Amino acid sequence: MRFVDEFRDPETARHLAREIAGLCEPGRRYAFMEVCGGHTHTIYKHGLEDHLPENVRLVHGPGCPVCVLPMGRVDDAIAIAEHDDVIMTAFGDMMRVPGGNGSFFDAKAAGADIRMVYSPLDALKIARTNPDKRVVFMAIGFETTAPSTAMTVLRAQAEGLENFAVFANHVTIIPAIKAILDSPDLRLDGFLGPGHVSTVIGCRPYEFIARDHRKPLVTAGFEPLDILQSVHWLMRQLAEGRCEVENQYSRVVPWNGNRRALEVIGRVMELRPWFEWRGLGFISHSAMALRPEFAAFDAERIYDVPGVRVADPKACQCGEVLKGVLEPWECKVFGTACTPETPIGTCMVSSEGACAAYYNFGRFSRSRVREATLLADPVVRR
Amino acid sequence: MCLGIPGELVELPDDETDLALVTVSGVRRKVNIGLLRDEEELVVGDWILIHVGFALAKIDEQEAAAALRVLHELGPAYDQELQDFATTDVG
Ligand code: SF4
Repeated sequence: MRFVDEFRDPETARHLAREIAGLCEPGRRYAFMEVCGGHTHTIYKHGLEDHLPENVRLVHGPGCPVCVLPMGRVDDAIAIAEHDDVIMTAFGDMMRVPGGNGSFFDAKAAGADIRMVYSPLDALKIARTNPDKRVVFMAIGFETTAPSTAMTVLRAQAEGLENFAVFANHVTIIPAIKAILDSPDLRLDGFLGPGHVSTVIGCRPYEFIARDHRKPLVTAGFEPLDILQSVHWLMRQLAEGRCEVENQYSRVVPWNGNRRALEVIGRVMELRPWFEWRGLGFISHSAMALRPEFAAFDAERIYDVPGVRVADPKACQCGEVLKGVLEPWECKVFGTACTPETPIGTCMVSSEGACAAYYNFGRFSRSRVREATLLADPVVRR
Repeated sequence: MCLGIPGELVELPDDETDLALVTVSGVRRKVNIGLLRDEEELVVGDWILIHVGFALAKIDEQEAAAALRVLHELGPAYDQELQDFATTDVG
């Protein structure tokens, strides 16, 4: 367990913080986006921003799949679930996501058969034991979960299971990063690359960010010191005038990703021409649908989905939060009308959403109630 | 759902289903290891990082401990995930 202790070592944290501060050019401000919700969580939980110099800011990106699902898709899923012959299955994270007409929990309370599963394979088992029903799996997630959905569809096909279908909402990370790079209201100096997505896609797909956009990217692990070290690497690149993709999380992320996972995604799914992201609008080639060969397993083809576009509630500023333009606490309804118990926007639903992470931990961070953080965790004890 | 759960391989699959038995914090369940088939030689006692029922990467014991620690810090969110992990079944 030595390794873990080293990673929790406050001395190392202090050392990294000093190194980072030493690399700051006087008068320059730095902003790095962590794309992944897991990173956002670690950053708030450990008050990592308190370790960074005042002029180095971490900006929270759109890397929480629950947070970017538009309301219309939740309504479409509920419309499918309301068929008498359907058992809808979904990850626990999905249950409280508000649509235009309520959440999965609301639909369940109103009589729809909606069940929580841990894995799409669990949904497959429900299909085997309920031959008179059609079991639909609400598939969400980035490239981390897409191979699982694809493998499950292949399994259903191999078993000749005719009562299993997928409602595909898989999104891809690269077009979202592109959209952010192209958005005029944001100035970023670099990225912390997502850890688990990169296990599947590897680091190569990020190379255009360094090459064409002249921004460094460091794929980062989830421990607090992983993140500090990755920020240090980003600062070092800037100081040395370099602009590259580096892999801080190489102990888990292979440079070329997982070939088998990429292959099964490609076999079962194809890119949609466009897809709506909550708060970010329509992004072309940013999501995946089942290929026509798998139409028999595609809930979107089996059932008529309303496909209505539902505007986000007026009070909701998730779009600005997802793009890193607003900090969670700057949203007008943060912590008042919008809380994890009664979320208005999706960033408040999943523990990886920036608003929920900040609500749960961040409120005690930064200058506000600094002592609370100092007592709560050895890493930030100074 | 985005959390990677570290598990220790207890039993390799003996058929074409790719379902191997793993333990996570004392909880046993079957996990699909098909995505690692071409990448890694797996043996009993290996640690893997599991996403929604599928092993995505082979990791070492230290990394497994670190990943568990990150999960425990999630508190209720992890409890929910672990409960789902333990109480549902792929058969
Ligand atoms: S506080 Fe609620 S409505 Fe505002 S940005 Fe966060 S999740 Fe969206």
